[in-house]
Amino acid sequence: MKRVSLVFTLAVAVGLSTQVATAQTLKTIKDRGMLSCGVGQGLPGFSSPDDKGNWTGLDVDVCRAVAAAILNDATKVKFVPLSAKDRFTALQSGEIDVLSRNTTWTLSRDTSLGANFTGVTYYDGQGFMVKKSLKVNSALELNSASVCVQTGTTTEQNLADYFKGNNMKYEVIAFATNDEAVKAYESGRCDVFTTDVSGLYSDRLKLSNPADHAVLPEVISKEPLGPMVRHGDDQWFDIVKWTLYAMITAEELGVTQKNVDDMAKSDKPEMKRVFGADGNLGEQLGLTKDWVSRIVKAVGNYGESFDRNVGAGSKLGIARGLNQLWNKGGIQYAPPIR
Amino acid sequence: MAVEPRKPPSQFVAKLQRALGGRAGWGGFVVQILFVAALAWIAYEIVANARANLQAQRITAGFGFLANTAGFDVSQNLIPYSGSDTYTRVFLVGLMNTLLVSVIGIFFATLIGFLVALGRLSPNWLLARISGGYVELVRNLPPLFQILFWYLAVLAALPNPRQSISVFDAFFLSNRGIVVPKPIGNPGFEPFAIATLIAVVAALLLRNYARRQLFESGRLIRIWPYVLGLLIGLPLVTAVIFGAPVTFEVPALKGFNFAGGSRVIPEFVALTVALSTYTAAFIAEIVRAGILSVHKGQVEAGSSLGLLRGSVLRLIVMPQALRVILPPLTNQYLNLTKNSSLAVGIGYPDLVSVFAGTTLSQTGQAIEIIGITMGVYLLISLVTSAIMSFYGWRLGRSLGP
Repeated sequence: MKRVSLVFTLAVAVGLSTQVATAQTLKTIKDRGMLSCGVGQGLPGFSSPDDKGNWTGLDVDVCRAVAAAILNDATKVKFVPLSAKDRFTALQSGEIDVLSRNTTWTLSRDTSLGANFTGVTYYDGQGFMVKKSLKVNSALELNSASVCVQTGTTTEQNLADYFKGNNMKYEVIAFATNDEAVKAYESGRCDVFTTDVSGLYSDRLKLSNPADHAVLPEVISKEPLGPMVRHGDDQWFDIVKWTLYAMITAEELGVTQKNVDDMAKSDKPEMKRVFGADGNLGEQLGLTKDWVSRIVKAVGNYGESFDRNVGAGSKLGIARGLNQLWNKGGIQYAPPIR
Repeated sequence: MAVEPRKPPSQFVAKLQRALGGRAGWGGFVVQILFVAALAWIAYEIVANARANLQAQRITAGFGFLANTAGFDVSQNLIPYSGSDTYTRVFLVGLMNTLLVSVIGIFFATLIGFLVALGRLSPNWLLARISGGYVELVRNLPPLFQILFWYLAVLAALPNPRQSISVFDAFFLSNRGIVVPKPIGNPGFEPFAIATLIAVVAALLLRNYARRQLFESGRLIRIWPYVLGLLIGLPLVTAVIFGAPVTFEVPALKGFNFAGGSRVIPEFVALTVALSTYTAAFIAEIVRAGILSVHKGQVEAGSSLGLLRGSVLRLIVMPQALRVILPPLTNQYLNLTKNSSLAVGIGYPDLVSVFAGTTLSQTGQAIEIIGITMGVYLLISLVTSAIMSFYGWRLGRSLGP
């Protein structure tokens, strides 16, 4: 009888358990005092820990910016490294508040996963890397090659589409993590390694002889990479969205990490709106008046973050390209903060 | 002093017990029905709760995704498959790959395990020590490390395709795998296959006849010349009449890889070798335990009958030892099947890798996919243990009452 009653109690508890509370993310973070951010497992330039355990990267900076905006402390972030397979489940289950893991924005991911993309941190595309010794100059010469990929990403599907579309045969070897795929490529198991072009530059640094490998010129897909948040919490969605836009707006206005304090005191009407001296745009988001100052002080503007992590100031040396501001030849564009 | 009479137990509880279960009380029929109903209700509640939560977050649920196009390729498929097939087909490809590794792994693990066990029990000091060392080394290292070791060691040793090791210019060994000529069926294949089948059946019938003759009249018939003649001669005759059963498609190096022929990928070889050697260590210990469990008197009795050591082992010890060996052996077979899911670490496209890995990431439907995968592994395990139970039952029957 005791066993049966225990079973009944458990059944009642399970049956009556309430649905996942989704509209409370900002409050939860403030109570917890910490932002839980899903990142990659070590992609230099986007999210990788150094030997002391400090995380750096473009995706990491977005999370730090959000933490700075909410908690005024860019260090109050818990980074959860996730593989391509468990990143969405971690977000859906509530383990992380935001997924900032160079994830490609696609329709099926925007709808069927119960999550939303908040913007584009990095406009990327998929490319190929081969050993220079193979003397290949174009991806169209890769018929019947062996290709290493990381499983569970858009990479596999784009690869299949490209080779099928060009009537080329290939052999695909799919690994669970990026590092295993790179290792197999280096050992010669496959001729080609494919992932987003930014990832190619990043992974090339991990090889023992980066100069022996070439990135082919073909970019075979659109890969807009951006942060993801769960469905059902519009306020949180707006906060993450406008944090990125704040970084881009700061670069548009010429605000840098060094001069943000001076710019905040400016009399120009646009500056007063952005820095909270005029109006209550920060409060409308659920943040404070100085939300933009907090963000720029923590991570700098978009251009600074880009340069520091993946651009001219980093080991990757990727050109701004599409990720330049809209009025300087690229397509990074922020709606007005007003 | 008189002892106070004890108060009788509450009549209500006793009456309830009687009503619900009859003479069996709490173990009775009605209670069992109620318990099953409670379990069913819990299961229903869990499913309903999960579904409600998924709907609230607008995460797609249901099994409709199985009809969608997969859009990716795999490196080994035993059934025809391309990127434009559905996820259901992907599931089948992964399942066949898992079953292939499991079956071949079980075969070799049993073989190696039995040999190592016999080695460990051998009076030859060196053989016993080497077998013991093998068991101790292999069973104490985690299986994933062993798989990675075989994969990286195997790969590191092999040359790339342009410098592959070739035999007769038809068999090639490189770090893309072993490439062999592929047999393509000719019109003469069907008669050949039927003839082989007839030859095998005839050989078995011959064997049964010879055994019966031996047990009934003591006459020993050497059947091996007849069996050999049947197995070779009959198919040969059909080949002569109908033409060669197969032509071989010889592989040739074209560009990056080999075109034509069949290829065994290094991932498969590494996984099978690693799983076989790992499980063999455990099987060796189980077999050794089984053999040691047979009473020493049996061996002495066998020797006193004039049987050699090998015959004693084969005819007297093993049938009795098998009764002890079979249940833990079944365990090890199930372990091997489940350990094959470690294939994802080296890029072998087994069920977990292509279905619970790639398909899950692409569709995001974790609950359905993991549920299907768990159900399939459960089914494979149940079938394996059913087969082993049947074998054990047959064995028990033949050992007599």
